[in-house]
Amino acid sequence: MAKPAPLNATARRPRRIIGVLVAAVALVLAACTGPGMSPTAPTEPAASASQPGAAAKTLVIGATAEPATLDPTATDAAAGTQALLYNVFETLVRIDPEGRLAPLLAQAWDVSEDRLTYTFRLNTAARFSDGTPVDADAVAANIERIQQGTTAPKLKTAMSVVASTEVVDPATINITLTRPSVTWLYDMAGAAGIVMNPAGFATANSETAGSGPLTLDRWLPGDSIVLQKNSNYWGTPARFDEVTFRYFKDPNAMNASMLSGQLDIISNLQAPETLAQFSDTSRFTVIEGSTDGEVTLSINNGAASEGVTPGTGHEALADVRVRRAITMAIDRQALLDTVWFGKGTLIGSMTVPTDVWYEDLTGTHPYNPDEARRLLAEAGHPQLTLRLQPAALPYASKAAQFVASQLAAVGITAQVEELQFPARWVDTVLQKADYDLSIVAHVEPRDVVTFANPGYYWRYDNPAVQEAVARADAGTLTEYEAEMRTAARLIAEDAAAVWLFALPNLVVTKTGITGVPANANSSLAFDVTTIAKA
Amino acid sequence: MARQVLARLGIFALSLAVASVVIFVITQALPGDVAAVILGHGATPEQLAAKRAELGTDRPFAVQYLDWVGGMVTGDFGASWFSGLPVSMLIAPRAEVTLSLVVGGLLLALVIALPLGALAALKRRQWPGFLTSAAAQVGMAIPAFWAGILLVFLFGVTLGWLPPNGYVPLGRDPLAWARHLVLPVLALGVVQAAVLVRYVRSAFLEVLGEDYYRTARSIGWTRWRALARHGVRNAALSLVTVLGLQLASVIVGAIVIERVFVLPGLGSLLLDMVSQHDLVVVRGIVMLLVLAVLAINALVDVSYVFIDPRLRAKESS
Repeated sequence: MAKPAPLNATARRPRRIIGVLVAAVALVLAACTGPGMSPTAPTEPAASASQPGAAAKTLVIGATAEPATLDPTATDAAAGTQALLYNVFETLVRIDPEGRLAPLLAQAWDVSEDRLTYTFRLNTAARFSDGTPVDADAVAANIERIQQGTTAPKLKTAMSVVASTEVVDPATINITLTRPSVTWLYDMAGAAGIVMNPAGFATANSETAGSGPLTLDRWLPGDSIVLQKNSNYWGTPARFDEVTFRYFKDPNAMNASMLSGQLDIISNLQAPETLAQFSDTSRFTVIEGSTDGEVTLSINNGAASEGVTPGTGHEALADVRVRRAITMAIDRQALLDTVWFGKGTLIGSMTVPTDVWYEDLTGTHPYNPDEARRLLAEAGHPQLTLRLQPAALPYASKAAQFVASQLAAVGITAQVEELQFPARWVDTVLQKADYDLSIVAHVEPRDVVTFANPGYYWRYDNPAVQEAVARADAGTLTEYEAEMRTAARLIAEDAAAVWLFALPNLVVTKTGITGVPANANSSLAFDVTTIAKA
Repeated sequence: MARQVLARLGIFALSLAVASVVIFVITQALPGDVAAVILGHGATPEQLAAKRAELGTDRPFAVQYLDWVGGMVTGDFGASWFSGLPVSMLIAPRAEVTLSLVVGGLLLALVIALPLGALAALKRRQWPGFLTSAAAQVGMAIPAFWAGILLVFLFGVTLGWLPPNGYVPLGRDPLAWARHLVLPVLALGVVQAAVLVRYVRSAFLEVLGEDYYRTARSIGWTRWRALARHGVRNAALSLVTVLGLQLASVIVGAIVIERVFVLPGLGSLLLDMVSQHDLVVVRGIVMLLVLAVLAINALVDVSYVFIDPRLRAKESS
């Protein structure tokens, strides 16, 4: 059955292989011919992908966390919000760069006397990218979608205070709440309040149907999201024809991209020790601001109130003296210097300087190892062994090593075990509360309220905090601020956790880029509408 | 010959079946609850239970396995637990990246290793031979990611000749595609070439001791011509075997390279999906990679029959 091969074929085959190899070499060499090596190809690598013709204004932003879906309401990850909120999707009200509520799709709003009914008057000029007007029916449909659809539980909870919506006319909607809630209005400025084109609900995870100054051009998962100018935008048009968010898991790769000129902006540098690479002020501008990310050494307070599955933490941590001792055992300034190169802000509670109710509480339980040892002895735990399970993230791993060495000095042995993030950390710590100590950054805005929820993984049950948070939510904006301040002070005194530091917002831009806010505010959006390029 | 090929295909199918069980069991054993990761903060036990039911992760393992394998047989790899997007849609654009990288890396490795290996064999007792062998030793000791970082800083940042990282799909702009692949292919190919040079050298050394080579030399052929005419085909047998085995390590190398050069390939997707616990996608990718490796090795085995006439002769006589 086997055919004898003709004699000359023997000789020809290797030659054919060599032919293929020569072609491959030629291909590789051809590929090497870039600008500077070939006189006939003066194309710019980044721009070559976009349309030729008039110089298109482009902006390329390096970012870290890539969204898994283009629907920012599908998960509670901040990644979708960062690229798309305010740029592609708009909300009735927005959070302005100073952290305050401002009009967006709603040009004005009123609150009834009992603070239960909000009347929003929509901007009649507002259009979705396909030209359909943004009307009251669309707003009502989006609220219903958050409540009924497959959206993130966090958003469902936020929207659960809405009792009913009433479309008065196409430009007016009344929204009635079950109880007064300031938090709800703030939430409406974030992912929960996004008003999508109802025609795009079904395809929301892979296409966008918003009303913002930019629309989705293309999404290359694992690499980038490219937005283009919405030529039908109803408001001030975007300053850029194309805005690209490029995603980098490795901070060094992002730096290399910035140094080579591929990027215009590093949205937030994740390796502060590399900041010196951008010290050339003729090429780069470095902006140091703050974020909403509190790096927290969480403590399992061990509450087991009704309806809450008891966590499995060490029982000594239910004693406030032990928790205070842990706080006092840690030199947080030294930790910040070691772990995050001194960049960032020391904080004393679950609140950051960009919160309007912020109060400096760093002096509540200052560094004092002697006092820590005394408190531990008084509590009957001169020697203590605790599990310390940080999320396996750069800042958390480094902080855990530092914390463990400082705890050792006061007689606490911390057994460090990193938990892969998010899957294992979420399962072990966040859901089951099967931990003694952990470290992770909490980036959600206004997250002091988590200490009013005894079921949250702090397992912290303090009626005074719960009442303060409830009063804040039910009050006026002024009362809200005062009560939030009270809650933050109470948890600090109670040492419900150790707030190690607030992550800095380290933005690097090419010189000539202006309008990038120093602080990442509580909207979590990277809003490009204020940015300009010379 | 047909019997040999059929037997080989049988082994191939059996290996795939075993691999699918192993992949399923191992991914199942990864700690973590995907429902908890998807729903995030504030999920109630009822919502978690509903999510598990929706994803089908609350069913017995055997049922989940059969569901998965049954789907794959009909070409349905399922949908991502996180985004709801079909796994095939997530994998396809990534496979283009990894395929470009792996094929480019292997070709470059061959282009470098064949002539150098021949040189090292022919001049084995002279300085070019020593030098090549020493260079290969050094090359093998260089981790691909380190080579990658050096290339990024030299050609991407300092000289600015090539983009330091990123990817442009072939269909969008072939020139930009090629320019983005040069450095990663170099990083992957050069290190693979170092490994390969040693095999090429020993394969050619074997040929040098054969009667047919001596005969060719004795009738006046030059050493290079004799080697090209008789050596390449004979050495190809062991080289093809090594290449088949190397494929797995090239794919692993590609995963690392993808990270260094921020290439949106299967490796990056795999790492992301493992950390998110999106096991449907993880299984799909691993299965695809296993399929590729097994298929190539099956082809390698079948190719012996074509490369080596002696095997065909044995069968027909």
